[in-house]
Amino acid sequence: MALLEITNLTVEFATAHGSLRAVDQVSLSLDAGDIVAIVGESGSGKSVAMLALMGLLPWTATITADRMSFDGKDLLTMNPKQRRAIIGKDISMIFQEPMTSLNPCFNVEYQISEVLAQHFGGKRRSYKPRVIELLKKVGIPAPETRLKAYPHQLSGGMSQRVMIAMMIACEPKLLIADEPTTALDVTIQAQILELLVELQKANGMALVLITHDMAVVAETADRVVVQYAGQQVEQRSVIELFNNPRHPYTEALLSALPEYAKEKTLNAIPGVVPGQLDRPVGCLFNPRCEYAQDLCRQQPPQKSEGVLCHYPLPLKVASNSHSEVTL
Amino acid sequence: MFKFFFKRLLVLVPVFFGVTLVAFGFIRALPGDPIEVLAGERGVSPERHAELMAQLGLDKPLWQQYFSYVGDVLQGDLGTSLITNRSVAEEFFELFPATAELAICAMLFAIIIGIPAGIVAAVKRGTLVDQGIMSLSLAGYSMPIFWWGLLLIILFSNTLNLTPVSGRLSFLFEVEPVTGFMLIDSLLSDEKGAFKSALHHLVLPTIVLGTIPLAVIARQTRSAMLEVLSEDYVRTAKAKGLSPLRVISVHALRNAMITVVTVIGLQVAVLLAGAILTETIFSWPGIGKWIIFSVFSRDYYAVQGGLLLIAACVMVVNLIVDLLYGLINPRIVH
Repeated sequence: MALLEITNLTVEFATAHGSLRAVDQVSLSLDAGDIVAIVGESGSGKSVAMLALMGLLPWTATITADRMSFDGKDLLTMNPKQRRAIIGKDISMIFQEPMTSLNPCFNVEYQISEVLAQHFGGKRRSYKPRVIELLKKVGIPAPETRLKAYPHQLSGGMSQRVMIAMMIACEPKLLIADEPTTALDVTIQAQILELLVELQKANGMALVLITHDMAVVAETADRVVVQYAGQQVEQRSVIELFNNPRHPYTEALLSALPEYAKEKTLNAIPGVVPGQLDRPVGCLFNPRCEYAQDLCRQQPPQKSEGVLCHYPLPLKVASNSHSEVTL
Repeated sequence: MFKFFFKRLLVLVPVFFGVTLVAFGFIRALPGDPIEVLAGERGVSPERHAELMAQLGLDKPLWQQYFSYVGDVLQGDLGTSLITNRSVAEEFFELFPATAELAICAMLFAIIIGIPAGIVAAVKRGTLVDQGIMSLSLAGYSMPIFWWGLLLIILFSNTLNLTPVSGRLSFLFEVEPVTGFMLIDSLLSDEKGAFKSALHHLVLPTIVLGTIPLAVIARQTRSAMLEVLSEDYVRTAKAKGLSPLRVISVHALRNAMITVVTVIGLQVAVLLAGAILTETIFSWPGIGKWIIFSVFSRDYYAVQGGLLLIAACVMVVNLIVDLLYGLINPRIVH
């Protein structure tokens, strides 16, 4: 049985201009130890889908799904208290902005030991040795001296390490990392990613990595989900996806990478992701797609072979694929 | 820490001159003078008037009067009341505990009800509960104190006969003033029922004086909580699997308190101003009533000294608020 199973998850927000569909029929299945990357532009519903799983969306959101289960437990029918027993313990999530995600009024020890006391009971203070151990694990030097530090005394990278220590404290089965490196320096980005993969291997937990950095995807993930305007347009293994993208959007994303640029300018995708008021008829990507035909402008496509497209790009036959991953 | 205090002390210099100048100027800008008021309807001959004014030193040019007053104050002498002939400082500190007791009770009333009301309104944002709390607080904020006091007296004292109309204690009791705080003194005395009587007398003035601060605190707590509740760290707290109560009362409230404490500090000044009306309505023998009396009798020194000491109280409270910031918010180190 899969660790996490989401089928046809849809999230709609009530706004002043009617309802906005941020996540549209997204499905995801994950086994223990998997690393899955979710990629897509800003506004493609990557974070929202995972926040829905965590139950962290504001009250304006309506969540529907055919199935949403974790470790055999149905997340859709359980009450808030049952869900809180799982959140932070078996499923945990780290966020994009480490500097604002830690509470400025509490020190490092308090914030980490709090989650341990919440899920395992007992006094917060009794977890001090465990907190030191966790800080050591995430690579914070001299952790004893950092226990009483407040978030404003930590750098961005250090804050993200504390955040990770907090979220792996209960040894979760699934860790969701929502653009964990976006707000950090490039050198620190690599360190944090390495740390996440290391922890993933050591604890055998599943890892969902939300990112818009294709290089990160190539380096860390086994499987990739490409999202566009709330829809999953393609889902396959990393090697297959990089060598043989089937959806025009995936192909366009890949060719926009600086590594693939053949001239002085990068290959940008024209236009922007559709918003609430300018959603096109038919395939949502059709106004920006170079292969779009009349059918694409009239009817929404159905998913086939993991690709949401009327005219998927052809499958390459001879695959001596490994050498082609050049990132 | 030392540097912080030193800086704060430096600020006192302009405040001192500002307060003394304003008090000195305003009371003299009122028509009439102490001699005319004392003489009353009988009047006084111009010669005798000039003689008495000269005796009190009030015939000199204003700037001379001001500087000699400031000189006296700097030497610790607030002057002598022109009416009672007692030292202004002595009169002030005799009456101050009554005002302090009322102000503290009113502030506690405002905080104990205002903060939870603001939190509930923020958490239940947009619902009837929120709208109800906010409408009530707007009504409270707009309520003229004197009218609100009279309404409460009519309802609770006249119609329901639940509370006394005025004073600090029933005439049946004789309580030795030890601290000047009636609640404490009545407990210290052997008189049975005195404490209950003191408490009864406090209820209405506390509500009347506390209403505006209560409304302000509730509104500010709500807006501070709304801002904090949308912060990333609140999402983190929820992601830890903490209960909503803990997320709100520990993670959000601590941050929201930074704003709320500022507002509470500012409300102290409002409270002391409100005390003047409240004490007059309820015949509460405190500073407010004394200042009003002093203004009406043109008791120059009492008004000047009283206002200066009230300003000092406000400054002390603001200093305490600044120190509290450091306790609530670790980013502030004095």
